[in-house]
Amino acid sequence: MSRISLRDVRHSYVKDPQGDEDWALKTMSVDWSDGGAYALLGPSGCGKTTLLNIISGLLTPTAGRVWFDDEDVTDTPPDQRNIAQVFQFPVVYDTMTVYDNLAFPLRNRGVAAPDIDAKVREIAAMLDLGDMLPSRAAGLTADGKQKISLGRGLVRPDVNVIMFDEPLTVIDPHLKWLLRSKLKELHQQLGTTMIYVTHDQTEALTFADQVVVMHEGTVVQIGTPVELFERPQHTFVGHFIGSPGMNVLPCRIDGGKPHFGGQAIPIEHALAHRDGDERLEIGVRPEFVKFDKEGIPVDIVKVSDVGRFSIVETRHGEHVIKLLLPEDEALPSEDARIHFDPAHTQVYADGWMVN
Amino acid sequence: MNAKTSNQKGWLFVLPVVILVAFNALIPLMTVVNYSVQETFGDNIFFWEGVKWYEDVLQSERFHASLIRQLFFTSVILLIEVPLGVAIALAMPRRGIWVSVCLVLMALPLLIPWNVVGAMWNIFALPDIGLLGRIINGMGFDYNFTQQPFAAWFTTILMDVWHWTSLVVLLAYAGLRSIPDAYYQAAKIDGASPWAVFRYIQLPKMKRVLTIAILLRFMDSFMIYTEPFVLTGGGPGNATTFLSIDLVKIALGQFDLGPAAAMSLIYFLIVLLVCWVFYTLMMRSEQS
Repeated sequence: MSRISLRDVRHSYVKDPQGDEDWALKTMSVDWSDGGAYALLGPSGCGKTTLLNIISGLLTPTAGRVWFDDEDVTDTPPDQRNIAQVFQFPVVYDTMTVYDNLAFPLRNRGVAAPDIDAKVREIAAMLDLGDMLPSRAAGLTADGKQKISLGRGLVRPDVNVIMFDEPLTVIDPHLKWLLRSKLKELHQQLGTTMIYVTHDQTEALTFADQVVVMHEGTVVQIGTPVELFERPQHTFVGHFIGSPGMNVLPCRIDGGKPHFGGQAIPIEHALAHRDGDERLEIGVRPEFVKFDKEGIPVDIVKVSDVGRFSIVETRHGEHVIKLLLPEDEALPSEDARIHFDPAHTQVYADGWMVN
Repeated sequence: MNAKTSNQKGWLFVLPVVILVAFNALIPLMTVVNYSVQETFGDNIFFWEGVKWYEDVLQSERFHASLIRQLFFTSVILLIEVPLGVAIALAMPRRGIWVSVCLVLMALPLLIPWNVVGAMWNIFALPDIGLLGRIINGMGFDYNFTQQPFAAWFTTILMDVWHWTSLVVLLAYAGLRSIPDAYYQAAKIDGASPWAVFRYIQLPKMKRVLTIAILLRFMDSFMIYTEPFVLTGGGPGNATTFLSIDLVKIALGQFDLGPAAAMSLIYFLIVLLVCWVFYTLMMRSEQS
């Protein structure tokens, strides 16, 4: 068990990286505390897997160091880092039985046979694979195979961190939920650090205590699901998390207050904006937009009923603003105006939140 | 009833294939069957002989000798080419510009017409003017493939290995390339040795393509004709007279059409039987 720190790590797959776009991972320093359940969330190609492979040692970063506690493991190969990884597609040794699959990492490390037997049976029971130990691993379903992949990590008593690279991609929808609960349960039982890579916000938000959101090779925010929802540090987080995503509207600052649609928008958090030629925007989630008597005049464009509430798409000039309307509230019949909740309206400069 | 009538129409669609197969396989085969049970002296006059030619062939020492030569040749070929092909495929680069270079180099021998291969090696191995022949003799070995049975075998096998190992390499390489990186990464994390990676990941994943490679190499080497015919002509003596060379000698050299036809069918059945047994065994082991 240990704490993992990345210090000024960056990585490029290009031999001689020049511009920004050559870096798959831009310079970052991230700490992963011992025993945490982390999710690494971001769209495809944002560098999640690269970051994961740097932690596991499958990749050596172009620059920067990786620390496990007080030990610099940047140049340590994966089998000596005490990490386990579950891949997107189930990796099992087809010709072996389930038992031999689980025993494989221990046998490679020269553990005594009786110890292997005890450990394999313990882990198999934990993963509900007990009955399948003698059968050929190739015959199992995708979720069974993913459990074996996970089991090969769990049998090793010294594992620091278990990493999951979109492990539920090939699992049937109704089993995804089961397997995810199993992971959560194992995390509580074992207390091992887990890092879970996904591009699915539901998976990330239900699994993790801390979500690390990545965008174009950068970590844009690390926080609890609630923090990501209520105070997105970057407009990308606002877009990516939540359904529908955050409204992002251009604004200008005048007299210390943001203006949009010819009106001053009240915000609760003090604005320490220095004048500059940055792109300024305000961001507010649809959950915090209300119809009101006073406010910004809008036209209602579209209403989609999604159950307990409706998603209302409104338009002010060329700007689309979405809001959520509870099912027991009626649409304003004429002269629709909207109002943003000051506690949950943020100002962004060049995409980053201004505090 | 209706469903049944409409089903009959399906036959019309397969009719072209049936006709094609009939012309290029069934009818020629039946002609051979026809010859194999009759005696003819030309002029389209035939005498019924029943299974006489089959009995003759099966009891003929000459046939036994060629069959044993053939089995031995094919076994040696498979024992050399399959492991060698896998080894070369493993040693080939997995990515980069060298991949194409290797693939083109590997494919070259496969593109050369078979009789050219035979002619090339014939000249290459001649003890007086051939490069290979001169080198081997220069190293102090007495080597003359036109006179020594062992030298003839050695040259024929070397030629076949040169000509056909590439096929195994290409198939094995295709099999290796289809293994996702995650397998190697998982093996690295599990602390697997290179041997374990080969034994538990690469070999099982190559199994299907290797089955095909072995089948192809078995059939081709078992039916080999052109290259040894050009290289050694079956000699010296009968030392490299394999089944097909012997068959041509009987059919065209001696014009014994009946025995030759019977021999062809037995030959064909042996190939079919071996392939079937091998394939069934491989498939059964896959299911268990």
